[in-house]
Amino acid sequence: MDDLKRVIRDYVVKEYLEEGDDREVTETTPLITGGIVDSFSMVSLKRFLERKYSIRIPDAEATPAAFDTVQNIAELVARVQAGAGRA
Amino acid sequence: MPELAVHRYPTYEERLAGFDWAIAERELGHRRGEPLNIGWSCSDRICERGDGAKPALIWEDFHGSSRTFTFDDLRVLSNTIAASLVRLGLGPGERICLFMDRIPELYLGFLGVLKMGGIVQPLFSAFGEDSLWTRLDDAGTAAILTQRKHVGKVRRIRERLPNLRRIVVVDAAGAALQEREIGFDLDREPRVDRFEVYPGGDETPSVLHYTSGTTGRPKGAQHVHGSVVAQYLTTKWVLDLRPDDVYWCNADPGWVTGTSYGIIGPWSNGATQAVLDAGFNAERWYAFIQKHRVTVWYSAPTAIRLLMREGTALARRFDLGSLRHLASVGEPLNPEAVVWSQEAFGRMFHDTFWQTETGCIVITNFPGMPIKPGSMGRPFPGIAAAVVDPHSFEPIAERGRVGLIALKPGWPSMMRAYWNNPDGYAAKFRNGWYLCGDRATIDADGYFWFVGRDDDVINTAGHLVGPFEVESALLEHPAVAESAAVAKPDPVNMEVVKVFVTLKKGFAPSDELELDIMNVVRKRLSPLAMPQEIEFVDALPKTRSGKIVRRVLRAREWGEPVGDVSTLMDD
Repeated sequence: MDDLKRVIRDYVVKEYLEEGDDREVTETTPLITGGIVDSFSMVSLKRFLERKYSIRIPDAEATPAAFDTVQNIAELVARVQAGAGRA
Repeated sequence: MPELAVHRYPTYEERLAGFDWAIAERELGHRRGEPLNIGWSCSDRICERGDGAKPALIWEDFHGSSRTFTFDDLRVLSNTIAASLVRLGLGPGERICLFMDRIPELYLGFLGVLKMGGIVQPLFSAFGEDSLWTRLDDAGTAAILTQRKHVGKVRRIRERLPNLRRIVVVDAAGAALQEREIGFDLDREPRVDRFEVYPGGDETPSVLHYTSGTTGRPKGAQHVHGSVVAQYLTTKWVLDLRPDDVYWCNADPGWVTGTSYGIIGPWSNGATQAVLDAGFNAERWYAFIQKHRVTVWYSAPTAIRLLMREGTALARRFDLGSLRHLASVGEPLNPEAVVWSQEAFGRMFHDTFWQTETGCIVITNFPGMPIKPGSMGRPFPGIAAAVVDPHSFEPIAERGRVGLIALKPGWPSMMRAYWNNPDGYAAKFRNGWYLCGDRATIDADGYFWFVGRDDDVINTAGHLVGPFEVESALLEHPAVAESAAVAKPDPVNMEVVKVFVTLKKGFAPSDELELDIMNVVRKRLSPLAMPQEIEFVDALPKTRSGKIVRRVLRAREWGEPVGDVSTLMDD
């Protein structure tokens, strides 16, 4: 797991898993469909990513599918970073 | 009224003619004054009529694993839970909370609590510890059934809950339990085939659902076993459930839709229902409908708008031809969503209106009735509904004039009280009308049209969030001096929570602080209550007596006139 994915995974575990919830979160664990992060909480996860990586994720790209796994989120962040780099 | 023909729906006038709730009582085999228990009505009664082997619950988790429970399974397993609760020393009239995800134990436990005479108190499992404590404390809850993943929240508040004697963990295998906690594994528990069901009556308390208001703590709307009469008939007539249907209700039983129409309505009708214990994912939802051949779907505008965002093409990749009837609840269904559903599914969603306090659908679009996209429909027979003047509380005769939605109390599933709050209950009635807290108009054809809330409550994705609760949680944050929570328009959720915050000396606005405030509210209250936007301001609008005036902030968010500001303090 690379640094970007590890940062996202660690934040999800710290912020969205309850004490006693011993589910393992891997880069392919379903977060939205698995009930770990819901569509409302997604906004706080989006804010975290924007602050951490100094990016702005367009609302149109912040879909439940884009936030459903650590891998999807990492791809989204990388895509937005690349887009910002080209601008 | 004659039995409904399969392919011809009665007209609205035919449904009204000679209507009496006794229609439902007869079909349920119930006479007023005789024993009645919802737990029995939804399981044993269906078995006694010969449908014990029929699937009652097709349950699937997010991995795609599924289990099927027959009505006889419902009967025996709810008996098993009821007997276990009695063994734990719990008795009739005690409040027993269900704090679980949509796992089978939630549905079976609901019936089990009712069968032993307890008052079942379902709470949304995403509630944070403050939301949980407020509701358990108010109800004086004696026991809570929960899961390992949620027990941490209970542990953090249990010392402040002296009435809470039992904490039952339904998936405790391998977990280290603590004081007052009991492990319970339904799969290993000896089956109880015969259980003496508590012989409640029409007026025996059954379900306690909490709902938020503008001020003060959330209020516990207390319902009775007799509510099944209304829930049975509205399910049959509005959701149009028939013997061969497979029904899917998206709602979580932590909210009233998830119990009235996610448990009581379908099962008292002997219908098969499918439950998906997974978060939103359009492909997954369509695959679920396709796999289980869902015929009747009761959803919510927020979910429909999320599906709209994914486009019609995605829907067409799946075989959704099993769908026969679609209905929606939670907030007004916008006309675009109604029209889109016709394109995507070949069926229009039928909007329904009701609330925690009413216990059943009260204004609705019936199957077979011409739909006016955007309208709430017409009152259910047996429900006297009007739009009343906000000052005189007299019905408005003039068509199209905005007033308050009002209902004449007396239908079977109307709440009987707010728990511990007689003043709050009394305040909901004026001039003999129950006031829903919503504004609407009625058109020349008698259709109701929603205009907006009549208070500061925020309706987000069909769930009510009280601004006072959010502001109270914000005050716990060390940086927050004052705050005001208001509804902000949102294209998917209709409204979301926005807060205006003034900071204490020594704190400055920052992205980090914004995120921290969001997370504090999310964890203490719930994700629904988490502000989706935070605006840091130097001062909040206040009256000269110092009361924060939310309406000014709300009006700005909605682009509406601010109204009279003569009583506000100068900046």
